[in-house]
Amino acid sequence: MSATAGELRCEGLGKVYPNGKKALGSVSFSIPTNGIFALIGRNGAGKTTLTRILSTILEPSYGKATIDGLDVMADATRLRERMAVVPQEGRTISWTTPTQMIGSYLMWRGLGYEESRAKAREAIAQVGLEKHADKLNSTLSGGMKRKVLVAMVIASDAELVFLDEPSTGLDPISRQELWNILTELGKKRFLFLTTHYLEEAEQIADRIGILNGGNLVALGTLPELRSKLQYTYSLKAPRGTALPTIQGESVTRRDGQVQIMTTEDEALAISKGLIERKTQFSVNPVTLDDIFHYLVAQNESAGGRT
Amino acid sequence: MGRVANQLLASILVNSIYEMKNYPVVLVNTVLSPLSFLILIFFVSDGKLLGDAIEGGLIMTMFSSGTSLQSDLSHYKNDFKLQDIVVGSPTIPGVYVAGMAISELLYSSPAIAILIVLFGLFVHATPLQVLGIAAVMVLMFLTSVSLGFALASISADIVQSYAYTRLLSTVFSTLPPVYYPITLIPLPFRYLAYLSPTTYASEIAQNLAGLLQLSSTMFAIDWVILLGLSAVFLWIGVRHARWREK
Repeated sequence: MSATAGELRCEGLGKVYPNGKKALGSVSFSIPTNGIFALIGRNGAGKTTLTRILSTILEPSYGKATIDGLDVMADATRLRERMAVVPQEGRTISWTTPTQMIGSYLMWRGLGYEESRAKAREAIAQVGLEKHADKLNSTLSGGMKRKVLVAMVIASDAELVFLDEPSTGLDPISRQELWNILTELGKKRFLFLTTHYLEEAEQIADRIGILNGGNLVALGTLPELRSKLQYTYSLKAPRGTALPTIQGESVTRRDGQVQIMTTEDEALAISKGLIERKTQFSVNPVTLDDIFHYLVAQNESAGGRT
Repeated sequence: MGRVANQLLASILVNSIYEMKNYPVVLVNTVLSPLSFLILIFFVSDGKLLGDAIEGGLIMTMFSSGTSLQSDLSHYKNDFKLQDIVVGSPTIPGVYVAGMAISELLYSSPAIAILIVLFGLFVHATPLQVLGIAAVMVLMFLTSVSLGFALASISADIVQSYAYTRLLSTVFSTLPPVYYPITLIPLPFRYLAYLSPTTYASEIAQNLAGLLQLSSTMFAIDWVILLGLSAVFLWIGVRHARWREK
């Protein structure tokens, strides 16, 4: 594979920490550097490690990654001119105001004091925090603080934006507000984000990657991921439920439920049987949640989890 | 202003100006810390060691800049994840750390100003001697900043960082004869004091101000050792500090 512009490419990328912990296997994939890419996975799946390597914060142990043809190791200086990062657990500095913090960040990017403050105020207004622009960050709510960090990257002219779990810990309304902001941002820049919220990936991402045990299990648009399954319906029932012989596929999820991926006709037939036996179950068209659980369970049963 | 100047200013704003502006009470602490020892030595020595104590206050302030830098950088790195944000930006490590280091000096500027006034009033030194003392202070600052950066980059938790701060402060500025002449320390323990670069710094400064008699050979040895130790700490800082994590 050769590195090209307009593309983020990983070739056999891996990370083993000095304590011997293997966080990332040999990951290879390629995605265009436009729109929103969401990386989903369980805790410890390797999302943060991959994000930190791609955002030039962490050195990989082996393999190669390029963004728009620039190597994350050799061309880090050039890449840093074009990128902005909000790390996992990144926090606003408590003794500064949003204007002061975002302004300082822009100055670290090389802008002058006045220009930085003006851009900071614009970005703060874009995330709806203009009334809080000059209040201390320590007085803001958790949702507002996350918006300040997002405003920081909005204020920058970075074309490549890395956000590690930007919506973790937010209430549903704040989360939705943040998703709206990110959706708008993703129209102009490339967003690489990680999330635990499958709903988030489903709602805002153009492309989704599923990471499990340091390995990339699936990658594509939501329709592409759906098409990988060849099934349209997902039926879930408690473990131990007596089920008929099926044509679809069945896996035991990590939450203890048996999940059957099947066709609409078979889902209807199984449902009828379960209703007659008064067994609890749920059935729905395949969602990202179903795809995620299915692929992760399949990967783990194939020995993919370390 | 140039790009590098803006980046330097960003560190200075975050690490000192905004903190002092939004919480002025922090200034009281920065003034009191070096002056408290000075006052103690002044009373205990009946005023005889005032000159030594003023110079000691300056050395301690310079050295404290590095220990404060260590805990501040660690705080930004481990608690706010600010270092990750800055690593993923056009700022280079040298500029980030230089800005943070200057901010520590700015943070200490009220104490430095008071000590300089006291120095002018109570320590009588020629311009050349003042230049020598200023060089010692710069070396102290560079040494402590290098050490501070190296320790901050390897500390994984703020608790560990605070432990380093207290250790550095005790070993390099409280235990060694910084506020008083080394001759007050009984001989077997005097050798231990020579393990600290601050001992050489205070000997040179006290000698330059006429507060401690040193042979020209001893004076030269002190300079060589101080410069050597400063170079070693600078090397440690540059060599072992980590920007991008491994």
